[in-house]
Amino acid sequence: MEYEAIIGLEVHVQLLTRSKMFCGCDANYQDAPPNTHVCPVCLGLPGALPVINRRAVEYTIMTGLALNCQIAQVTKWDRKNYHYPDLPKDYQISQYDLPLTANGYLTIDVDGRPKRIGIRRVHLEEDTGRLYHVDGRALVDYNRSGVPLIEIVSEPDIRSPEEARLYLQKLRTIVRYLGVSSGDMEAGALRVDANVSVRPVGQETFGTQVEVKNMNSFRSVKLALEYEIERQIGVLKAGGTVVRETRGWVESEGRTVSQRSKEEAHDYRYFPEPDLPPLEIAPAWVEALRKALPELPDEKAVRYRREYGLSSYDAGLIVADRHVAEWYEQAVALGAQARPAVPPKTLANWLTGEIFRLMHERDQDIESLNLSPAALVELLGLVADGTINNNVAKSVLRDVIESGTPPAQIVEERGLRQISDEAQLAHIVARVLDQHPDEVQAYLNGREQVAKWLMGQVMRATRGKANPKVVMSLLTQQLEARRSSQE
Amino acid sequence: MRLSLADVEHIAQLARLELSPEEKELFREQLSAILDHAARLQELDTEAIPPTAQVIEWRNVMREDQVTPSLAQEEVLANAPEAREGYFVVPTVLEDHA
Repeated sequence: MEYEAIIGLEVHVQLLTRSKMFCGCDANYQDAPPNTHVCPVCLGLPGALPVINRRAVEYTIMTGLALNCQIAQVTKWDRKNYHYPDLPKDYQISQYDLPLTANGYLTIDVDGRPKRIGIRRVHLEEDTGRLYHVDGRALVDYNRSGVPLIEIVSEPDIRSPEEARLYLQKLRTIVRYLGVSSGDMEAGALRVDANVSVRPVGQETFGTQVEVKNMNSFRSVKLALEYEIERQIGVLKAGGTVVRETRGWVESEGRTVSQRSKEEAHDYRYFPEPDLPPLEIAPAWVEALRKALPELPDEKAVRYRREYGLSSYDAGLIVADRHVAEWYEQAVALGAQARPAVPPKTLANWLTGEIFRLMHERDQDIESLNLSPAALVELLGLVADGTINNNVAKSVLRDVIESGTPPAQIVEERGLRQISDEAQLAHIVARVLDQHPDEVQAYLNGREQVAKWLMGQVMRATRGKANPKVVMSLLTQQLEARRSSQE
Repeated sequence: MRLSLADVEHIAQLARLELSPEEKELFREQLSAILDHAARLQELDTEAIPPTAQVIEWRNVMREDQVTPSLAQEEVLANAPEAREGYFVVPTVLEDHA
């Protein structure tokens, strides 16, 4: 029997506000000494009262709008009660029945086809503190307690670990475009839980759902989902039943393990938060936020195809990272002003080809690469006006990144100007042909691909500086001349 | 509506309360009486009345996103039964939450 996987994702995203959700403590806790960004509110001391951070609400609405959600007219907070040392109040302020935004979708590209993944809700809550287990004891740091957190719950529309990866990547791209979160999974700013079930293909009802936790990177999400899907299919094929439970991904062992709790099924006893008045969201507020949204990756990709003539593939590669897209757009603007102009398509080819390769090689992003859009435009201007050829440009690019020296200066200092002078090149071509009589003979006997090899020899003789077009026409001329002299 | 002993034990467990057998019986009676009272309120037709979570009719109370001073670490840990290197120290708990 064939089985299919049904996956829904719950993604927690920390918001990049300055202060915490319900108090004025600094929300940037990553490098702070423990328990230094805390106050009576985020420590849950008796009598302390929370006050809503306006920017956190705005960031949530912006996220909801970017995910095509409806924004609630009235929203409120609820207490989610559970006992755990990372939760100083013994309850988390969250949203239960009236989330800030709901009923949206996000579009992913599956094998070249758009697929909508439903977004059930995006609600706003507060983060918990952090526990470190040392020598059988737990150390607690409440600096993270109260940092604004949104929970983005998808519909069970995801059908494979690959679709889950695409969804998460898109989600991260969107929150980064909006500037509402760093989306940094390793730093815990984006955290993923998955609900996974399997069912025979063709069956309408869902199988028993298992919640998978502890996935700390995109890669571990993929591996954990692959493992869990296979595990459930294995259980069913062996005639067993899947147990409804929570399982943790153990990266070092490459498997999920049951996390049975001592306590019975979670009983959160949600009830309305009496300390926080509800919010009435004015339509004018939502509209103002909608107008202020930046151009989002999907819109950008459409525009790149339409205005710049890029392929969907290249457009997708560039818009996947907001900083890359901004870099590219600066280059396009400069390229249009340059004489001769450097077209957007050429810039895109260099960006997604050589520059992405160098970024990957050096494990750097576009910001740390030390290459300005102006430098690339200058470099490609030198190609366009015939000063250097493409291959030399690649070598100069590397040099620009390593030394920070402008391209034109590198070309001068290293004497890389392209040799286009026909007389000079004709002399070199003749010399190369004289040095390789066997290859010349092979060419004349009909092995025309040898011309490419001879071309390589000429490029070598000129240290790569020869104008390839001129060399090719000279080579053909001189080889044909030798043919006629043989006949 | 009479609560079972198991209900009382469950609620006590959630509240981290240790109850004697006599207390369990006592609270079973008292909690049942409270639920009976709530059940009477449930009989009212509230179809046209929006749920009331709060009696103060405040709306949209928000603050600007500004950082204000936090407490000093010594103050934060002043009442902690145990602390180490700036952390609260508590017994290990195995259960994990989101």
